[in-house]
Amino acid sequence: MQCEECGKKPATVHIIKIENGAKTDMHLCEQCAIEKNPINLKANFSVQDLVAGLLKSGNKGPFKVDIVHEAKCNVCGLTYSKFKAAGKFGCSNCYKVFGDRLNPLFKKLHGNIIHTGKLPNKAGSKIKLVREIEKLKQELNTAVMNEEYEKAADIRDKVRELNSMEQEEHNGQLD
Amino acid sequence: MGSWIKDDGPNNNIVLSSRVRLARNLSNVPFPAMLTKESSSDVIEKIYDEEMRNGVFKEYKFYNMQDTGFVDRYALVERHLISPNLAAQNSIGAVLISNDEDVSIMLNEEDHIRIQAVLPGLQIKEAWNIASSIDDKIESKVDYAFDDRLGYLTSCPTNVGTGIRASVMIHLPGLNLSSNINKILQAVMQVGLTIRGFYGEGTEFIGNIFQISNQITLGRSEEETVDNLTGITEQILNKEKEARGLLFDNNRIMLEDKVWRAWGLMTNARSISGQESMKLLSEIRLGIDMGILKRIPVSVLNKIMVDTNNASLQKSAAKELNTPERDILRAEEIRKLLMQ
Ligand SMILES: [Zn+2]
Ligand SMILES: [Zn+2]
Repeated sequence: MQCEECGKKPATVHIIKIENGAKTDMHLCEQCAIEKNPINLKANFSVQDLVAGLLKSGNKGPFKVDIVHEAKCNVCGLTYSKFKAAGKFGCSNCYKVFGDRLNPLFKKLHGNIIHTGKLPNKAGSKIKLVREIEKLKQELNTAVMNEEYEKAADIRDKVRELNSMEQEEHNGQLD
Repeated sequence: MGSWIKDDGPNNNIVLSSRVRLARNLSNVPFPAMLTKESSSDVIEKIYDEEMRNGVFKEYKFYNMQDTGFVDRYALVERHLISPNLAAQNSIGAVLISNDEDVSIMLNEEDHIRIQAVLPGLQIKEAWNIASSIDDKIESKVDYAFDDRLGYLTSCPTNVGTGIRASVMIHLPGLNLSSNINKILQAVMQVGLTIRGFYGEGTEFIGNIFQISNQITLGRSEEETVDNLTGITEQILNKEKEARGLLFDNNRIMLEDKVWRAWGLMTNARSISGQESMKLLSEIRLGIDMGILKRIPVSVLNKIMVDTNNASLQKSAAKELNTPERDILRAEEIRKLLMQ
């Protein structure tokens, strides 16, 4: 498919705009998507930022740009596209608001999405229990693999005990 | 003056210093870039209040950036006590510096709190222990932005998780002279470490000094990070020793010539740029380690490296100096230090 704006280059960006319930599709080349910015939005939100962010992220096209839901932090006001452009969060609540869509970024930067290091002393006892259970489960696997069944049984008992503690903790929090 | 400047440490003929920095933020307060001037002083007040001033931070000096002059701010940068970023952002930032200058805590830099501990030689683990215990003390006072799944939440996604940046400042003239440096640096980058120049991110490599640090902060514990960097530094250290030994055995005259020329210039020059003095200082360090030059205390060498930088020179002269004036004063200071 050719670009609907210039008609010369192949369309690699697919923009879906939903305004007042009416849906418009646009197929553009990267250049037109960035330079011509053909969609007039009422808000001061720039498609340019969003597309530039996507292009920078190194994904291979064609891109699908969904303009309907723009995540915005309710504490500091940072939008997801602004975050993509600047690369910095505005406050700790941004992490919650942007949620799982950050996972590919964390994967790219760190190869991981779960913290395994230090916990503040004030951190809930629940997370400490969960950590302990995870650790024991790994030990259990090793014990089974090494055919150390007696040791495995001991560890299994411990895991059960900690699991019920975690359950109590959970119920306690619900009260 | 920090102990990394004035004291000896394990392997400090090659590893000049070990540093650990922890990034922390207060919960429910926007990160510094989003703060108004007023709320930024609330952040400082929360961490440095009456109780902390007379307790945890009793042996610390406090500098508010807005009350600290340009030269004084950059003299702190040259002593590696604050980042260029904090020095530049002079309206909301502050720093707490321990009296021994081994620990500095930047407030309202990119994150609300950045705890840094620096020690001489290869002592990354020791630096981590110091930084972590200060972290515990601050945490008993304030609520950190922490998420069960993501760990310590930071302004930049590159720091989320442990918020740790462990680094060594390492002097590698042997690997450079034997043309092995690029091979080593490439290998280091492939194992997920970052290499920066003497003045940090984006600066060029001068005086054969490299800063090597971890990149990953999520999904790897602080201990793993510290052990990993220590292990790799030990390997580089051994390669550097090997290269120095081979140079001494096979290219002795070339080596001696380089070292004595450097000594001649540094002890006789009447005007010298910072760039040239860093290059010559590297050769003098090498000459001392190889037994070509008589031993000079590491504190003298490090003072040349730190105190003859632009801001520190102007601070000791107590006036602004232009480039030619600085070069003249630098040559004078270096002669004084080396000939004492
Ligand atoms: Zn086009
Ligand atoms: Zn936010």
